[in-house]
Amino acid sequence: MTRLEFWQGNIACAEGALAAGCRFFGGYPITPSTEVAEHMARRLPKIGGVFVQMEDELASIASVIGASWTGTRSMTATSGPGFSLMMENIGYAIMTETPCVIVNVQRGGPSTGQPTRASQGDMMQCRFGSHGDSSIIAVSPASVQEMYELTAKAFNLADRYRVPTFVMADEIIAHMRERIEVPDTVEIVERRQLEKGALPFAAGEDGVPGFPTFGQGHGVHVTGLTHDERGYPSSTDPGVHDRLVRRLVGKVEEARHEMADYEVTNPDAEVVFVSYGSPARSVKQTVRDMDDERVGSLRLRVVWPFPDFALHEFKNARVFLVPELNLGQIAREAARHTAVPVVPIPELGGELHTPAQLAEIAEGYL
Amino acid sequence: MRHEIRFSGFGGQGIILSAVILGRAAAIYDEKYAVQTQVYGPEARGGASMSAVVIDDEPVLYPEVTRPDIYVIMSQEGFLKYGARAPEDAMMILDDGLVQDRPRCRHYPIPATYEAKFTLNRVIVANIVMLGALVATTRIVSREAIEKAVLDSVPKGTEDLNMRALKLGFDLGTRSMQDETA
Repeated sequence: MTRLEFWQGNIACAEGALAAGCRFFGGYPITPSTEVAEHMARRLPKIGGVFVQMEDELASIASVIGASWTGTRSMTATSGPGFSLMMENIGYAIMTETPCVIVNVQRGGPSTGQPTRASQGDMMQCRFGSHGDSSIIAVSPASVQEMYELTAKAFNLADRYRVPTFVMADEIIAHMRERIEVPDTVEIVERRQLEKGALPFAAGEDGVPGFPTFGQGHGVHVTGLTHDERGYPSSTDPGVHDRLVRRLVGKVEEARHEMADYEVTNPDAEVVFVSYGSPARSVKQTVRDMDDERVGSLRLRVVWPFPDFALHEFKNARVFLVPELNLGQIAREAARHTAVPVVPIPELGGELHTPAQLAEIAEGYL
Repeated sequence: MRHEIRFSGFGGQGIILSAVILGRAAAIYDEKYAVQTQVYGPEARGGASMSAVVIDDEPVLYPEVTRPDIYVIMSQEGFLKYGARAPEDAMMILDDGLVQDRPRCRHYPIPATYEAKFTLNRVIVANIVMLGALVATTRIVSREAIEKAVLDSVPKGTEDLNMRALKLGFDLGTRSMQDETA
């Protein structure tokens, strides 16, 4: 059973989080993500959850990390300037393997930029914004329905791999309203708990240690310093650091096949659009309007870890066209995984690529 | 068929809510597809506010309005900013008392604010009067759908007032069309 609603993307995001069992939100409102915080502030206290408006974004992400260690599904929502402020503690969440969900409703940057206009300019920042080698997970919704579904999914991914997971939305998807079929329940993958007496940072084959929830008698030490399997700082032993960082990266990168979530249209195509988020809507319209099997599309719902193998599904591809609301961030990532030419189609300022514009570019390669 | 409806007026008239109600009527009660968007930011404060709905029988992919075919205009400033360049094959519902200019396209002047104020004694429902007139003149959604969507969207205790406003709008819209053919 589902029920129909006519919701704004940000409301769907908040409701998706609640459906997934999120019971803590720590944040600092910022356009164009504010409605997520507003909705969580209204809803959480009524269902036994906690909403805290923190003093800034540094504290917001810190509160989310702390809440997560109590075993509570936790999230924050922000946009460019706030996202930048979160970078240090995002690294701490990666190093301490703290599951959490960070929604970034992207707006035009750098700096305060365009508060009310859409962008996808933070795709590389979410991947590499915090210092040190690391890997994270990022999903990118292209509809109000996906604001709900992918936010819910982000909690499962965060808990499964014990890594910060980003919902990389944009102002267009976040502020538009459209029909959404709200399911009665969503799939919930529980965080695997640490066995009593096991070393808290010793991982099995999948590289993910069990989670020693605070208050369950584990007596765990949690630190951003390089630590051994007991969780004790060990910041000068090259071997300990090498093993830890390779595991933190490997647990995400090696799982990219099982995490992969993408749509392929016309796999025999010669001219292939690669897109994610709101530009994927223009691409879908373009492919439909052109109605030509030589024009195909790869749409990513999970952007990080990047599904390099998805590009190779297009055996006849002569060119990959990558429309993005940035100057070619994912185009550059695609280019390093294929010998086929990759052409960025940047759009800055907040407007989407129009289907007519994309069709004209695709025609040029046919 | 894809229809693009643009609403404009000044802040406080309920321009955004009108678009949300119309989108809801189409997407939930008429089982069509609809996307509602609006102008955010400093340009949307105080001056001309703008909101839009795309309605289609197929999923609405490209969400932005490119060439509106229906306009609902409730202020002179809104007309100048968002309505004056309406193409000749578009159609426009405008608030007779608040918009002085007239477009080149087919248009229906509706005294929505005047009637809301003097017939219903509540100027705040002028946007609902306009919605009634919109549905009467365009049939863009069914009357049943718009009624349900209005009831979903208005504060408790104001249902009766809003239903009367909607009916008044239907009647004004219908009369305006009859005047045209007479």
